[in-house]
Amino acid sequence: MWLTMPLLHRPKWKVVGEGLVEWLIRICGVSAVIFVFAIFFFVFWEAKGILFGEDRLDLWKFLTSEEWYPASESNPRYGASALIAGTASVTVLSMLIAVPFGLGAALFISEFCGPRLKEVLKITIELLAAIPSVVWGFIGITIMNQLVMRIFGAPIGLTVLNGAIILALMSVPIIVSIGEDALKAVPDSYREAAIGLGVTRWQMLYRVLLPAAKNGLLAAVLLGVGRAIGETMAVLMCTGHAVNNPFNTTFPFLHPLDSVRTLPATIAAELGETAQGSQHYQVLFVIGLLLFTITFVVNMTADLVVKGIKGK
Amino acid sequence: MVAQPSKLNVDSLTVWYGDKQVLNGISFDIKPNEIFSVIGPAQSGKTTLLRVINRTIDFTPNARVRGLVEVDGEDVAHVKDIYGFRRRIGMVAPLPVGLPLSIYDNVAFAPRSFGLSKREELDELVERCLTQAALWDEVKDRLNTLGTKLSGGQQQRLTIARALSHQPEILCLDEFSIAIDPVTTMKIEDVLKELRQDMTIILVTNLIQQARRLADRTMFLLNGDLIEVDDTEKMFSGVARNPKTNAFVAGTFG
Repeated sequence: MWLTMPLLHRPKWKVVGEGLVEWLIRICGVSAVIFVFAIFFFVFWEAKGILFGEDRLDLWKFLTSEEWYPASESNPRYGASALIAGTASVTVLSMLIAVPFGLGAALFISEFCGPRLKEVLKITIELLAAIPSVVWGFIGITIMNQLVMRIFGAPIGLTVLNGAIILALMSVPIIVSIGEDALKAVPDSYREAAIGLGVTRWQMLYRVLLPAAKNGLLAAVLLGVGRAIGETMAVLMCTGHAVNNPFNTTFPFLHPLDSVRTLPATIAAELGETAQGSQHYQVLFVIGLLLFTITFVVNMTADLVVKGIKGK
Repeated sequence: MVAQPSKLNVDSLTVWYGDKQVLNGISFDIKPNEIFSVIGPAQSGKTTLLRVINRTIDFTPNARVRGLVEVDGEDVAHVKDIYGFRRRIGMVAPLPVGLPLSIYDNVAFAPRSFGLSKREELDELVERCLTQAALWDEVKDRLNTLGTKLSGGQQQRLTIARALSHQPEILCLDEFSIAIDPVTTMKIEDVLKELRQDMTIILVTNLIQQARRLADRTMFLLNGDLIEVDDTEKMFSGVARNPKTNAFVAGTFG
């Protein structure tokens, strides 16, 4: 009896209060879903005229044509494929730089360095993550620009390579800190059990640690990719802002010293210049939908891949 | 007694974790092919002792070790090839640690990393080790499932199989029967009795009766102090020199 008594005599305000708090946090939780749908809906609403209206956009042309002349008086053309190629080129190249770098740094911090150095490195990397993207863009324009021109002899330094390096520097902190968390989450007993079997540190790392942490490491990489695709300001400033497809059919298939323009950069640069509701304005929102779809697909793939690994 | 070279010789071993002293200058030796049990309540330093022997204590940053531990007369603290050395010591941890690999790979992990790659030899080794650990019949049809998917008791036996896979000279078992049912425990105990022909066995156990059934000699640790080490029979028949030992094995203390 003495155990149930206090429960029976709970004051009314407590019962009501707890119910209230439960509803409050429920709303907080559901709000994320509402916001995502609301954003998608409004972007779609702004774009719907050109998608379904009288003078509708030819979607096939939009996705395949490289002709982006939205401001032409006589014959405006909206071909986004060069912009898509620009986004893809910068993202891919930046990930080629950032993923090995980031995962290597995560491994070093988690497994090889001493406790003192570890603290210093973690704080520094967090600092790196806190630099605003416009500052990165500034670094790209002033320092990387000069470096790219001098080292590669390019006529202009605002290129795919420049943007990719800056983007890599921006994604590395994310990859490092999430990758390090993933490695830290592997129980020490795994390490000791493997070491106790008499294998070397590298064998332990390769055969036990990496398989055990692969989900987290994959998440780290994909978050880095997400950052790279969506980044606007730094890329806008660093890549030269020229509508151009840097890919071609002959080796090495990608010209890192070409200037390009990305999807987010196009929206940022042009939206302020258009009349609200105009054709150009609506096409920019179609680009927004496209970006939305790309990030959605990346996230879905990540989810499925992680689930696939878990289910195995 | 005839002077027989000892397999393991421990002299004035003292270990600290930070400021806390967990082993207070203990000395003993273990003879080849002996089954040597270590008993004592929690926090008495039993696991620490094993971690000093296979040098996994290196991975605890604030641990300090003083004193001498010799395996076959070789100072453990100064072995040149630490990986090769650890192969000579088999270690079974109290909480089963199935590595995130398949059952087969768990057992084949160590031999593979030493360069054994012939499929038939590996198959044979895996089967032998799993049989010795009394696990073969339960898992032979699903060697490719993850080791971590096994039940606690099965994982425990998997760790025993894994410890046997590199054919150690000294097998350290740290409370191996915690998660295993009595019938299986007896099966493994029988295996240990056979294995002693090939190796020396250190058995850390909380089960007084298990020590009594298996061990030639028994050591009683209490709060890092070596209270007594003697023939198992003497330790358990109430005629031990130290009254604390008699009280502990009788269950009235500790």
